[in-house]
Amino acid sequence: MAEPSSAVAPVIELTGARKMYRSGSIEFEALRGIDLLIHEGEYVAVMGPSGSGKSTIMNVLGCLDVLSEGAYRLGGQDVEDLDETELAAIRNQRIGFVFQQFNLLPSLSAQKNVELPLVYAGVPVEERRERSRASLERVGLGDRLQNRPGELSGGQQQRVAVARALVGEPTLILADEPTGNLDSVSTEDVLALFDELHEAGRTIVLITHELEVAERARRIVRVRDGQILRDEVNAA
Amino acid sequence: MNWNETLHTSWSAIRAHTLRSVLTVLGILIGIAAVILTVGLGLGTQKDVSAQISALGSNLLIVSPGSSTDSSGVRGGFGSGTTLTLSDADALSSKVNAPDIAGVAAEKSTQTSLVYGDTNWTTTVTGVTNSWLEVRSRTVARGSFFTAAQQSSGARVVVLGSETAQELFGSENVVGQSVTIGSTTYSVIGVLASAGSNTSSNLDDVAIVPMTTAADDVIGTNTASVSTIYIQAADADRLRAAYQEAQSVLLNAHAISNSDDADFTISSQDALVSTATSVYQTLTVLLTGIAALSLLVGGIGVMNIMLVSVTERTREIGLRKAIGAPPAAIRTQFLVEAAILGLTGGVLGSVLGVAAALVLPVLIGSSVVISPVALVLSIAVSLAIGLVFGVYPAARAARLAPIDALRSE
Repeated sequence: MAEPSSAVAPVIELTGARKMYRSGSIEFEALRGIDLLIHEGEYVAVMGPSGSGKSTIMNVLGCLDVLSEGAYRLGGQDVEDLDETELAAIRNQRIGFVFQQFNLLPSLSAQKNVELPLVYAGVPVEERRERSRASLERVGLGDRLQNRPGELSGGQQQRVAVARALVGEPTLILADEPTGNLDSVSTEDVLALFDELHEAGRTIVLITHELEVAERARRIVRVRDGQILRDEVNAA
Repeated sequence: MNWNETLHTSWSAIRAHTLRSVLTVLGILIGIAAVILTVGLGLGTQKDVSAQISALGSNLLIVSPGSSTDSSGVRGGFGSGTTLTLSDADALSSKVNAPDIAGVAAEKSTQTSLVYGDTNWTTTVTGVTNSWLEVRSRTVARGSFFTAAQQSSGARVVVLGSETAQELFGSENVVGQSVTIGSTTYSVIGVLASAGSNTSSNLDDVAIVPMTTAADDVIGTNTASVSTIYIQAADADRLRAAYQEAQSVLLNAHAISNSDDADFTISSQDALVSTATSVYQTLTVLLTGIAALSLLVGGIGVMNIMLVSVTERTREIGLRKAIGAPPAAIRTQFLVEAAILGLTGGVLGSVLGVAAALVLPVLIGSSVVISPVALVLSIAVSLAIGLVFGVYPAARAARLAPIDALRSE
């Protein structure tokens, strides 16, 4: 069953992906046959206007939603037919999310926020503390461990979110409009951080509607009306 | 996520909305306190009533004239007939026919007024045989009781209840004084020790005279009849035997062959206690039911607040799910939160209930009995209420789809 053609299975393998939504009697097809291969270490931007299906792609890639048709393999594992508990485990161990709204819990310190994925993974307290501190140092917030999100700037909050995405050593970092709520300085901050992570060999998929942001990636996948319009290496 | 963290997370969520949590807890608290107090009051009243009835005399059987069986429709007049006589009391005293009967006292009484100087006091004047003191478990506080000789000679002597003495003379130190009953002057030879009051009569407001004296002077007509005969069994285990003997002796004396046709009724303390107890039990059950309803309302309050909490924290739930919280972990977190609310209400409610149980007897004078079992049970019930009413909100939180949850504002 192992694939001898390449030493490592692709991180993302989407084949003939279709997604139908039904609302009453109206059926809407958000994805209309998408094939996408992303290998380890790639830095890919999925770009398109609103309604193009990029959010659906993000949900499917993040195991937050399942396909109507086609197959999705994440790091060589088929995620079809998994129940909520199994999907939760996959999200926990293989995916690091970065959201537009940061989604930090306001009542917890930066370090506690970063620890959360490890809490659900059942990592012991001591190890959790160590890894969350290392992860926050990695994003340049080693001196903000005990600050709550409300005491941090938008850029800093998003870096905390990136630290949280990194802490579980996931196969894939999935960023959904990560700079959508940031000013230009903070945007540069966060994008520079993604550049660094890419240099360090992380696999990053970034969903955006801004060309400026997409151009920081090494490969740009343009989607429109649920289909891939163009898939090209970013020359810049 | 281990239990310690789940508890910690739930506790922080409760602390985040202090007022709301306090009000929710209050609903449970009041319900639990009400249940503890009503059950305690019910048990306390039962205890009081049994104590009062036992105070009438131990191992006591009470024979009343007439029959309470009304199957024939004509015989009746329970307690008002004149079918019991002094010779019945004598027959019951026979050691041969009734070996399990230790003592017999006959009683007949009337309401009349006693006069001392210009003080006039109406009380129950009771003619008794001289074994009365022992059979009714009474004692004389001052002076002495009349002797068998005074009893048979119809001496004009009276023993007063403590309250009667107080009312007539303004003091209980009255031995040697004289009091007028009807048109005859009696000398006071003793005062009874206080025995309190039972449900139907004041045991301290009485004037006791020898039976023969009463028959002659006070009550007059039907000199041989008595209103009640008290029988003391040799001990509690022989009460049953004493009952049988009393019945056969009296049936024999009245020449009645069938016990269904008896013109007297024998009742025991046990019967009185169980009647009174069952009345109070019914009341307790009723009141506890009402208190339990308030607990139900408290539980609905918990559910309401948990639903609000789930709605408010939809984003948080979505995030936790996105980063890997399985539905079970979310469910547990909300269940624990509801359980903490319930348990806090239960513990505080128990504290309030016990405090009220300590204060209330002082204020209203009836005892409240708090059993440890009731305490433990009500705390367990409050925990169960939190869990039961937390199930639906927790299930709702666990079912939320992470994408929808994350998008909510």
